[in-house]
Amino acid sequence: MATLTESPAAKLTKDEVLRYSRHLIMPEVGMDGQLKLKQARVLCIGAGGLGSPLALYLAAAGVGKLGIVDFDTVDFTNLQRQIIHDTNDVGRPKLTSARETIADINPNVEVVGFETRLTSENALDIFKDFDIVADGTDNFPTRYLVNDACVLLGKPNVYGSIFRFEGQASIFYAKEGPCYRCLYPEPPPPGLVPSCAEGGVLGVLPGIVGCIQAVETIKLILGVGRSLIGRLLLFDAMNMKFRELKLRKNPECPACGTHPTVTKLIDYEQFCGIRGEEHVPPTKVPEVTAPEVKKMMDENKPFVLVDVREPHEFQICRIPGSILIPLGEVPKRMNELNSADDIVVHCRSGMRSAQAVEFLMKAGFRKIHNLKGGVLAWADEVDPSMPKY
Amino acid sequence: MPVKVIIPTPLRQYTGKKDSIEVEARTVAEALASLTAQYGDLRRHLYNDEGKLRSFVNIYLNDEDIRYLQKEATPLSSNDVLSIVPSIAGGKDVSYQWSMA
Repeated sequence: MATLTESPAAKLTKDEVLRYSRHLIMPEVGMDGQLKLKQARVLCIGAGGLGSPLALYLAAAGVGKLGIVDFDTVDFTNLQRQIIHDTNDVGRPKLTSARETIADINPNVEVVGFETRLTSENALDIFKDFDIVADGTDNFPTRYLVNDACVLLGKPNVYGSIFRFEGQASIFYAKEGPCYRCLYPEPPPPGLVPSCAEGGVLGVLPGIVGCIQAVETIKLILGVGRSLIGRLLLFDAMNMKFRELKLRKNPECPACGTHPTVTKLIDYEQFCGIRGEEHVPPTKVPEVTAPEVKKMMDENKPFVLVDVREPHEFQICRIPGSILIPLGEVPKRMNELNSADDIVVHCRSGMRSAQAVEFLMKAGFRKIHNLKGGVLAWADEVDPSMPKY
Repeated sequence: MPVKVIIPTPLRQYTGKKDSIEVEARTVAEALASLTAQYGDLRRHLYNDEGKLRSFVNIYLNDEDIRYLQKEATPLSSNDVLSIVPSIAGGKDVSYQWSMA
């Protein structure tokens, strides 16, 4: 004889009714909608800038099962924007920190943690138990991996990405519209030197884009409103403008087109041209260490110290006696330098200055060295009072 | 035809920080040629060595992807807006951006 059992997700407790009352009194949500949220299983890839507001609002809204994929630990520099973590969490795994914050906001949410890097070997397995995937990652290989896994499994991918003051959001759902590869068939090529000076992000920007991802996820669960499937939302925080572009499904898309060639997950690092290295190291240039430069200063050895950072970085900290020639200006200002002099070039971490040294050597400068590790090394090894950034 | 070209953040370092540029052009190709003539550094970021538009950069005429119109031959009307939309990946930690030396 079969027994009738009611799963806990099939009804709300008295506490939950009170907790979600502001949802329940809206016809667009109501009891039916809140139960859909309770039964929903959403996977958040990344508990960082985008993942923080996303997970917080999904938890508050009563999503029954929240998966989080993040293997990182909380860093001091994360706190400017990753609001699911706080100062006491620095040094702890992001997953632990996120779990605790979510439990405080809404103990009814079941959090399933995956403290691992998402790879082609584990993605399909991790994704299979969730209905919706929300992508909050920070690199191209993972974005393509998430896309392809969602296409293969037939799951919607709620996409958000940011750059400084700009954001993008959409939903890639191959069953009903384009996928990420329809928009960007290929990633930017490798060999790109990450631009430390051009980096950075306005802390609140991923907050806005992550919240947009949360709204879209909730609308998908509830089955209401008009989703961002087939639309690319562009957000410009500086000008406070939202724009919208049409996204079309590409019939020749290798992942979701009429004749797909992506039938399994591939090596995405290779696809993006990164062979296990995050940055392509610049050509080896002659180097000198921070203590060696300090010694030259102490011994009054004549040399010229060139700082190739940007003016706003020069304001944060500088090595005494340095002259500022931002990297972009080196070609037109190199006549300010004398190739007969001993020259040491530095930047923040040693990457931009290596480029500058390479350029100047090609221009005929012979007595030139790169300060290994830049001002960060100077702060670590010579002057601990220098702030790091 | 006067048209406005919207420059995305990663490329503004090559346009003297301008976020939009006005050009005179009859087609998308002409508009991009005018743009890259004024701002030479943009050329290699928009086009590969074979002179083809890079695939991680999309061009939109108003809200339509030009790949679904007549690509670079798409004719322009007065006050059209061309958007250059690059792929960006920042999310968890903005450590990886595309930006060429």
